[in-house]
Amino acid sequence: MLSQQEILMIIEGLRDTIIIVGFSTFFGYLLGMPLGIILAVTDKGGIKPNVVVYKILDLVTNILRSFPFIILLVVLIPLTRAIVGKSYGIGATIVPLVFAAAPFIGRMVESSLKEVDKGVVEAAQSLGAGNLTIVFKVLLAEARTSLLVGATIAFGTILGYSAMAGAVGGGGLGSIAIRYGYNRFQPQILWPSVIILILLVQLFQILGMRISKKLDRRK
Amino acid sequence: MSNIIEIKQLHKSFVSEKGEVEALRDVSLEIAKNDIYGIIGLSGAGKSTLVRCMNLLERPTSGEVIVNGRSLTELNDRELRKERRKIGMIVQHFNLLMQRNVVDNVAFPLEIAGKKKKEARKKALEYLEAVGLSDKANAYPSQLSGGQKQRVAIARVLASKPEILLCDEATSALDPQTTKSILTLLKQINEKYGITIVVITHEMSVIQEICSHVAVLEHGVLVESGSTEEIFRSPKTAEARKLVFSGSEHIYEMTSGRIVRISFNGTNAYEPTLGNIILETKTPVNILYANTKTATGNAEGQMFIGLPTDEAKAEKIIGYFKEKGLNPEEVSADAFAAGNIDDN
Repeated sequence: MLSQQEILMIIEGLRDTIIIVGFSTFFGYLLGMPLGIILAVTDKGGIKPNVVVYKILDLVTNILRSFPFIILLVVLIPLTRAIVGKSYGIGATIVPLVFAAAPFIGRMVESSLKEVDKGVVEAAQSLGAGNLTIVFKVLLAEARTSLLVGATIAFGTILGYSAMAGAVGGGGLGSIAIRYGYNRFQPQILWPSVIILILLVQLFQILGMRISKKLDRRK
Repeated sequence: MSNIIEIKQLHKSFVSEKGEVEALRDVSLEIAKNDIYGIIGLSGAGKSTLVRCMNLLERPTSGEVIVNGRSLTELNDRELRKERRKIGMIVQHFNLLMQRNVVDNVAFPLEIAGKKKKEARKKALEYLEAVGLSDKANAYPSQLSGGQKQRVAIARVLASKPEILLCDEATSALDPQTTKSILTLLKQINEKYGITIVVITHEMSVIQEICSHVAVLEHGVLVESGSTEEIFRSPKTAEARKLVFSGSEHIYEMTSGRIVRISFNGTNAYEPTLGNIILETKTPVNILYANTKTATGNAEGQMFIGLPTDEAKAEKIIGYFKEKGLNPEEVSADAFAAGNIDDN
């Protein structure tokens, strides 16, 4: 059985995980959303094609996406320090997570927006809609279910990355599972942590799908 | 000025992997205000490209598109957007916003024009009323039939108060009955709001139903244009014949003898011409194909008659048709060979 202290640790881990993943997802979207929009808009079939802008963002996105997260974590230490003041702890975990999540989210937003029927965009253009109107009232509005599904996936991925937060003393359930469960051979801590993570992903998956289905008017 | 659209020496080519493809070659045409103008051609003839050049969704390679006296290619983005609001477009696949309900779809152009949401919605309801769909205001497009979706698209386009309405194969995804009701609606719109309508289609029946003028497009070239009546009565080019003969392609297989095509105009469509001819020549004639219809108020139609093998009698019949002003034209096997090309 778990001691009270261990239970407390797991509860704190859950709290940290939620904080880390929540903030990372939020800031990830803050950067990833505009990135995805610009990628979708400036690509060849987009509403304002721009080869230079697209190629640059495309390259940066690919580079960031290629970094193994644990390396990104280390590479970004100077930046992390500049932003949150120190290179360890919860805040220090969020910075590299945002940089890992943003390009991923950007790609997902890009592909969601590209799914929107070209004909509908054209119809809006023929009605005299400007590009901003098309982005907000056509692309984002029409792609909303796909965007929500994307968000659910992003949440799961960020949660997975957050397990590596332990490397910089970030805390959270994933880090507890590695440090106590794996490194110290304590399966009684490893399994509850992992199970809670599984439940968390399940919960968000179900919730995300429910909402997106409810918002979908296509059927 | 009487011409609302003038197209001058329009060229459009696309660059593809196989090299440059010329979609439109030296197309010039004029469309009068308040007219319903048809552009007909088979798939790949360049009709859609032509209509998309009229609101500059497609930029011409060279040539001019003059709408309301303004050359569209010379406008900047902002001016073009403003001009586009006067040029509505409906298409085969309706292109409604699937995540918005019907009334909000119709309100969309009003929102673009800067109207408040509540006001836009109120106005939108009026346009829905005009297309006979006010009971579906809160439905979503996915819950509607094809004809209803097209009505929503028409209401949406009306809400932007266009002077011109471009219809790109707007009825091609609809069954014949729904097609008819949509065409009737278009005609009403033309009359009620004074909107000039340009109809793109591959179906001669659509042209016949509502267009007063028609242009025939083939491989990017405008081969023939004129009043619908004229083109129906005596199509001059192979392409126009192919379209006018549409539906009668197989009659050549029915007889090995000579075939003559006669056409009716409004004045003689009601005469018992064939009955008279049989009585007069004492020769039975064989009707291989007949199609008569009311086109823009006049009875228009054509018949394909198999002539008797007796030359003298055949000539007599042709003479009789001529006398009656039915423009008998001997139809050659070639015309039908062309007509046999699958037009899908």
